[in-house]
Amino acid sequence: MTDKPKFAMYWAASCGGCEIAVLNTHEKILDVDANFEVVFWPVAMDAKYKDVEAMDDGSILLTLFNGGIRNAENEHIAKLLRQKSQILVAFGSCANEGCIPGLANLSSTNQIFDTAYETISTENPEHIRPQFTYQMPEGEITIPTFYPVLKTLDQVVDVDYYMPGCPPESHQIAAVIDLVIAVLQGKAELPPKGSVIGAGASTVCDECQRKRNLKSITEFKRIQDVEQYDPELCLLEQGIPCNGPATRSGCDARCPSAGAQCIGCYGPAEGVVDYGARLISAFASVIDSTDPVEIEKILDGIPDPVGQFYRFNLAGSTLRAGVPAWKQNGG
Amino acid sequence: MNQRITIDPITRLEGHGKIEIFLDKDGEVANTYFQIPELRGFERFCVGRPVEEMPLLTNRICGVCPEAHHMAAAKAADAVYHVDPPRAAKLLRELLYMAFYCTDHTTHFYALAGPDFVMGPDAPVAERNILGVIHKVGLEIGGKVIQMRKYGHNVVEIIGGRKVHPATSIPGGLTKGITEEQRKEIEDMGRWAIEFAQFSLKLFNDIVLGNKTYVDLILGDVYTHRTHYIGLVDENNKVNFYDGKVSVMDPEGKRLGKYAPNEYTDWIAERVEPWTYLKFPYLKKVGWKGFTDGKDSGVYCATPLSRLNASDGMATPLAQAEFEKFYSTLGGKPVHQRLATHWARLIELLYAAERWMELVTDPEITSPHVHAVPTETPTEGVGIVEAPRGTLTHHYVTDERGILTKVNLIVGTTNNYAPISMSIKKAAESLIHKGTVVNEGLLNMVEMAFRAYDPCFGCATHSLPGQMPLQVTIRDADGNPIDVLRQFC
Repeated sequence: MTDKPKFAMYWAASCGGCEIAVLNTHEKILDVDANFEVVFWPVAMDAKYKDVEAMDDGSILLTLFNGGIRNAENEHIAKLLRQKSQILVAFGSCANEGCIPGLANLSSTNQIFDTAYETISTENPEHIRPQFTYQMPEGEITIPTFYPVLKTLDQVVDVDYYMPGCPPESHQIAAVIDLVIAVLQGKAELPPKGSVIGAGASTVCDECQRKRNLKSITEFKRIQDVEQYDPELCLLEQGIPCNGPATRSGCDARCPSAGAQCIGCYGPAEGVVDYGARLISAFASVIDSTDPVEIEKILDGIPDPVGQFYRFNLAGSTLRAGVPAWKQNGG
Repeated sequence: MNQRITIDPITRLEGHGKIEIFLDKDGEVANTYFQIPELRGFERFCVGRPVEEMPLLTNRICGVCPEAHHMAAAKAADAVYHVDPPRAAKLLRELLYMAFYCTDHTTHFYALAGPDFVMGPDAPVAERNILGVIHKVGLEIGGKVIQMRKYGHNVVEIIGGRKVHPATSIPGGLTKGITEEQRKEIEDMGRWAIEFAQFSLKLFNDIVLGNKTYVDLILGDVYTHRTHYIGLVDENNKVNFYDGKVSVMDPEGKRLGKYAPNEYTDWIAERVEPWTYLKFPYLKKVGWKGFTDGKDSGVYCATPLSRLNASDGMATPLAQAEFEKFYSTLGGKPVHQRLATHWARLIELLYAAERWMELVTDPEITSPHVHAVPTETPTEGVGIVEAPRGTLTHHYVTDERGILTKVNLIVGTTNNYAPISMSIKKAAESLIHKGTVVNEGLLNMVEMAFRAYDPCFGCATHSLPGQMPLQVTIRDADGNPIDVLRQFC
């Protein structure tokens, strides 16, 4: 045991990419080790869950929590870590806003199960579905209860800071580690509770190197349909639905730099209440028409509005869920 | 009185996988259940999305192997649009993929599986980890492992735009090519990767093959299952990770056939059990006969060992020499001993590094022509790549606008769900007998049984490969825990 402050990192319903991003900070991991006692981090060390349960409340200084709340177990651990941690950070898109798995909130549990267990390669003549509790000949076995909707971390517990990104970029993680260490050494102060950390305060467009001519567009194009696009001009101005205008900066505009549209993984930009609403208004502002029929036709170029406008943000948005999941959840 | 033993990840309330071992009244193993406690529903919520989004959406199935999903999705989307990407685009995608393989196989061998061999399966738990490996074989090895991971991710970023969750593959190719300067950088890293792979094989040779105890452990019956094997091969039946047909080999080494991606439903079916979220794939033509070995059972395996067993060799010279040594040392094809998978993985590491160099020195690799605009109406397509942990199949059906109407995914580790379950049962049966004390030995034997498969339930749930800290709870007939044993990776 040491008297160094305690650090924890945990994954709920996530893909593991946040952990890989942390490992990709390379030597910064050694700084964490030098300045903290790592008490709980399943990917990197012995994961003494029982020991966490036995800890005094508030005895972990800093917990980075990634992953969404998909089932009862995820929620249980979120509550436990909240209780044991002084500072709880929603780390990565899943914990912040639901990320891609949040798109499951467009469907009910039955729709999700009926799809997954009746696919074209599935032989399931008896239409078997997983049961949360099942009686085998030898005894009863259980699997965790699947929730009707995926929730973000702050929909189940109080969150101190938000660190966006899918995953957060490694240089941003390194900067946050440096900040926390400076705070421990009395050389810096923590930002106000509720702040977004490890990201910029503007939009992806603001850090994008592509040129903007404030030119308006007359059609939206799917990226695979573009014959030859300008490697230096703003993608949105070329008709490619790029989410940069509504998305928080912090990634150095990596995807647009690589010729791919921003898909919005850093979440809503500073001050944006609803990501989708902001993006709709940004798209509307580049459409070069005042004729409602023509505008309608231009908007048809976005074939999947909910996916376009709430790709990462559905679970954390003001909408949270589609009708089937909403109904199942009691309205 | 019946006893129950629950093996849970130490983070027991997380979706990492859970093993229930039931004992009969004589204290023998009655049955075991390996449960996967999570589902995220990608096959449902991807419906309604444009097909070009799939390389981005399915990245998020697994942050450990997003490159595999990115490639399988891009290939399936190509097929949906009936478009053949320019040669340079295919070379670049495969190059990214080889660099990813080098990173991934390195991480598994050194950090996750290697400790069992380098330190020995009986070494104290506290030493059986990557730090123990570094202490034993020298500090510089840790630096090399970090270097290999860095280089791999650098290449992924140069071609894919980002280190995690690459962004550049689209139907018909890529959004961008690479410059000559970038090509040179990738070539330098590739040369180093070959040396690193050779170094790793030498290490394995010295430490494992030079030690009779380890060789006996590899060849022992506890870790042996005579199942079918599948793996992607090229037109010469050599192992390929990015493209080709899937070769299906029976337990006696007879090739039952090869299937193209769009024929997979003729060969593979999936079984649903009510006690777990994950399905059990099996060979449709052989049929599901339960959790059992043999050529009459449709259970198959898709791992590095499987890929070697299902192929006729490696397409690069250094890896081919290792392939020949592998089979001559272990008594010919196929090899059924699961622990040999670790050796097979290092042979694949060498192949990936050699292939990396072939690709990066191809004169066409810096061509700016990396995208073909699709011209045909989108319909349906299947994309298959070899993920490090098994054959990965993405199958999409779209409407005439390319909007998804059906999605089917059979991911790497899922292929191995039945054989992993069987390996766990066999390890439990071999160690639990009347009066046998369940101790840490059991935990590590069970853990080694599935670590050989490098299970990545990130794809099915979200655990990192092989990362499976265990807790065994022994319960009395009323379900009260009477003893708790723990072990950590």
